[in-house]
Amino acid sequence: MVKKITSLLSVGLISAGALTGCDTPSSDTRDSEKQSTAQIVEVDPRGEILALSCASCHGTDGKSVGILPGFYGKSATYLKTALMDFKNDERYSTVMGRHAKGYSDEEIELIAEYFGSLSQQNSSK
Amino acid sequence: MSQKFTRRDFNKLFIAGAAGSTLGVFGGKKAAFANQKHVVVIGGGFGGASTAKYIRKLDPSISVTLIEPATTFYTCPFSNWVMGGLKEMKDIGHTFEVLQNKHGVDVIHDEVVEIDAVNHSVTLEGGDEVKYDRLVVSPGIDFKFDAIEGYSEDVANSSMPHAYKAGPQTELLTKQLQEMQDGENVIICAPGNPFRCPPGPYERASLIANYLKKNKPNSKVIILDAKEKFSKQGLFTKGWERLYSGIIEWRAGSAGGKVLSVDPATMTVQTASGPVKGGVINVIPPQSAGKIAIDAGLADETGWCPVNPITFESAIQPGIHVIGDAAIAGAMPKSGFAASSQGKVTAASIVRLMQGKVPAPPSLVNTCYSLVGPGYGISVAAVYKLTSDGIVSIKGAGGLTPMDADDDQLSEEATYARGWYNNIAQDIWG
Repeated sequence: MVKKITSLLSVGLISAGALTGCDTPSSDTRDSEKQSTAQIVEVDPRGEILALSCASCHGTDGKSVGILPGFYGKSATYLKTALMDFKNDERYSTVMGRHAKGYSDEEIELIAEYFGSLSQQNSSK
Repeated sequence: MSQKFTRRDFNKLFIAGAAGSTLGVFGGKKAAFANQKHVVVIGGGFGGASTAKYIRKLDPSISVTLIEPATTFYTCPFSNWVMGGLKEMKDIGHTFEVLQNKHGVDVIHDEVVEIDAVNHSVTLEGGDEVKYDRLVVSPGIDFKFDAIEGYSEDVANSSMPHAYKAGPQTELLTKQLQEMQDGENVIICAPGNPFRCPPGPYERASLIANYLKKNKPNSKVIILDAKEKFSKQGLFTKGWERLYSGIIEWRAGSAGGKVLSVDPATMTVQTASGPVKGGVINVIPPQSAGKIAIDAGLADETGWCPVNPITFESAIQPGIHVIGDAAIAGAMPKSGFAASSQGKVTAASIVRLMQGKVPAPPSLVNTCYSLVGPGYGISVAAVYKLTSDGIVSIKGAGGLTPMDADDDQLSEEATYARGWYNNIAQDIWG
């Protein structure tokens, strides 16, 4: 199954790129736009894509503007423990336990690391 | 953006790039790549606005143009709360200034009348043409007005609103509910699957019942359903018994729920079990992908748009991504939350494709809160993954509010529903 998905991924990439023909990487673009690209930090794309969902309830980058808990600034260790506790029904929640059960331990680690590194990047600026 | 290369040259280079060759392969042709990559997004709702914002957030070197006719976008989520008198229109309206000014999205308020997939351009009603490297189409739904005899867009705009696209339709239905005489009934005609927001008609019935109970105690809500069952049915039914006993009546398709025709002159709905009269009649017609997606040939015979489940790129037209209600997204429902989740996955995929990288496997989520009463919330959640069977809901995760949830939990869910709305709105338009 994993193999099939991987091949889907590469088929997606090649068909998408080949037919539009506009997605080739450009060293020139990058040089000329150093200022903006300098902000892009290479992150594990799996962590990023797993973490993007969280913002719909907890706010962009985990910065909540409403009553739902925000978690921006929490460490990767804290977030991993919290998510694992939700997953294992060791912490009370209304919805969070139902979500946390959808992720493997490794995925929870990736999510925790992603958000943990977000606040670290900003605090070191 | 003009390109000096032929398409074939690009293709060769791209495949080489994707296969992991170094940038050196581009040799002396570098200059031609200096142009900024440009993504055009059609539709400023949950899907489109999420994509636009997150492309800019993930890679500010990519330019994004968002095309949306409305200067204020009114959300369907929480529009039932407006009808029930719990919110005002201004609470569900979102503008595009922050996307434009803070996130650098070029917002054009116009309608796309044509997509030229060959020349990579869209034509606006105002006459302008906008070129794109990649196009994201997030048009939401359109209605099959002619699926119900006697119904039409004119009827929807005058006497029997659908109120399933928020805005003037929401205001019309709200006004009708306020002006209705005590003792008259509210009829909600709910469509068959698939349709936008599966729990929507039932949350609507709940919040209208809440309004009637206080303001028109001799009136009730009758739901005429094309279906035999509906989303969160157990939880809604239990909530209705507790809060609105005798006020909400649901009729399954086989039990007189199926609508045969409507007559606006006599405010009557005809069913197999006979006519049903209403003081207010809310007809939610069957739906298809938004018109522009159909016109551009992005939909299949079902009226919805098949996509690659990793990138949400159209399975029919390369270079064009379709997201949100219009897309066929496996097990995902047609919800604002799902559209936003797809929008972010698409943004991440487009960014990686434009950077010459392989997109990451998608991870998608949905949570739908519904209010049964102002302090009585219920929810359904799911986490989705791509497998060889397409986008599926992960077993053992997600699911419904427990049937035995106590009043504290139900009250918390109602509070969290409000918290969710604030955060998702901020995440998309803020």
